Amino acid sequence: MLDRLFIECIFACMSTGHILLGLLTERPKHGYELKREHDDRLPGVKPIAYGQVYATLQRLERDGKVAVSGTAKEGGPERTVYEITGDGADEVHRWLAEIEPPAPYVSSALFVRVVLALIAEGTADGYLLRQRAAHLERMRELTARKNTAGISAGELLATDYALYHLDADLRWLETARQRIDELTQEIRT
Amino acid sequence: MTLLEARRIEKAFGRTRALRGVSVAIGSGEIVAITGPSGSGKSTLLHCLSGIMCPETGEVHYDGRRIDTLDEAARTRLRREAFGVVFQFGRLVPELTAAENVALPLLFGGNGREESATVARAWLERMDALDVADARPGELSGGQLQRVAVARALVTGPKVVFADEPTGALDSVAGERVLGLLLEAARVNGSTVVIVTHDNRVAAHADREIVVRDGAAAGVVV
Ligand SMILES: Nc1ncnc2c1ncn2[C@@H]1O[C@H](COP(=O)(O)OP(=O)(O)OP(=O)(O)O)[C@@H](O)[C@H]1O
Ligand SMILES: [Mg+2]
Repeated sequence: MLDRLFIECIFACMSTGHILLGLLTERPKHGYELKREHDDRLPGVKPIAYGQVYATLQRLERDGKVAVSGTAKEGGPERTVYEITGDGADEVHRWLAEIEPPAPYVSSALFVRVVLALIAEGTADGYLLRQRAAHLERMRELTARKNTAGISAGELLATDYALYHLDADLRWLETARQRIDELTQEIRT
Repeated sequence: MTLLEARRIEKAFGRTRALRGVSVAIGSGEIVAITGPSGSGKSTLLHCLSGIMCPETGEVHYDGRRIDTLDEAARTRLRREAFGVVFQFGRLVPELTAAENVALPLLFGGNGREESATVARAWLERMDALDVADARPGELSGGQLQRVAVARALVTGPKVVFADEPTGALDSVAGERVLGLLLEAARVNGSTVVIVTHDNRVAAHADREIVVRDGAAAGVVV
């Protein structure tokens, strides 16, 4: 179920590098620790592959944002521990001072389907109802998740994020239904 | 098993045809959301299902018995014994305190004054509203009013709880809390729940959605 909860879109504008640097502001950590913390502390975000953590750390080291501070051995293999540099810290704080650009998703997949249903099939009624059912079913799953005992505050907020976005889609679908006659007119002329 | 059913019901107010042949069936123990745009007939449907109003044509059945043909007194008795209603705009008695409002259905049901007061306070406590037990409705915030209204609807342990926009005027966290308390209490009671809402996030708490459009059930979305 977790794999269906990814909120990939919000990470389009931020890099793995920034996330790892942010996690390293607490203390030096090794790659496996960073992967685990990434996945645990950002629930609902697609889990990061260990290979990607490793490659990103190498790039950050090359750019002088992190440096090797030693090795750690906890039962398993010996692991390289990285610490953030002054440049790296500056980079994180510069990034946090920015905002995400509010995305103008004008041509969303839902909108495209409504228009094409009108063009190719003459009606979007069936599609609108089916899409509503699918969205609401997804919201039901997420709501059930929120109601499970022992859910973390992070997971709760990530789930709310998904719920609010699905809710926005549902409201748009209802608006589309109410304006479908105007749109049909426009497409036919 | 179907507990509550409307069969092709129609209801008009003057020239406004609020319901134009709605059929719905609600199973025992189900949590159902009735959604739809403003003015589509949601509240009217809820009032017909709960015996507050009677449709002009069609039938309403509860627990294997036709209820829309019962007289006013018999429907009132049925509502007192089996139903709890949270109205869209609260409808508490302004002269009574919160605790007295909650105790009212128990008193109507023939319970003693003291016992009713004790049970009412216990329900206010379950709704996180014991602190306003002695306040009058005019002194309460929107969220507190709704908690009191929910306590009043649940206090008799009804078979069916009808709630019309129970979280209507609330911001999301407070609204979710009231809804959570209502559904949890209903689950403990084993009550069937019918919630009217225009909020998709509230509808997502239900097992099933009935979409009302222009006085008709447009799609029963499972
Ligand atoms: N008592 C009444 N007298 C006259 N008209 C009424 C009455 N009750 C409802 N109506 C009309 O019937 C229609 C359906 O009203 P209803 O209250 O059932 O809608 P609703 O879906 O609950 O709307 P909302 O989401 O705004 O609460 C509306 O056109 C309304 O104006
Ligand atoms: Mg209404």
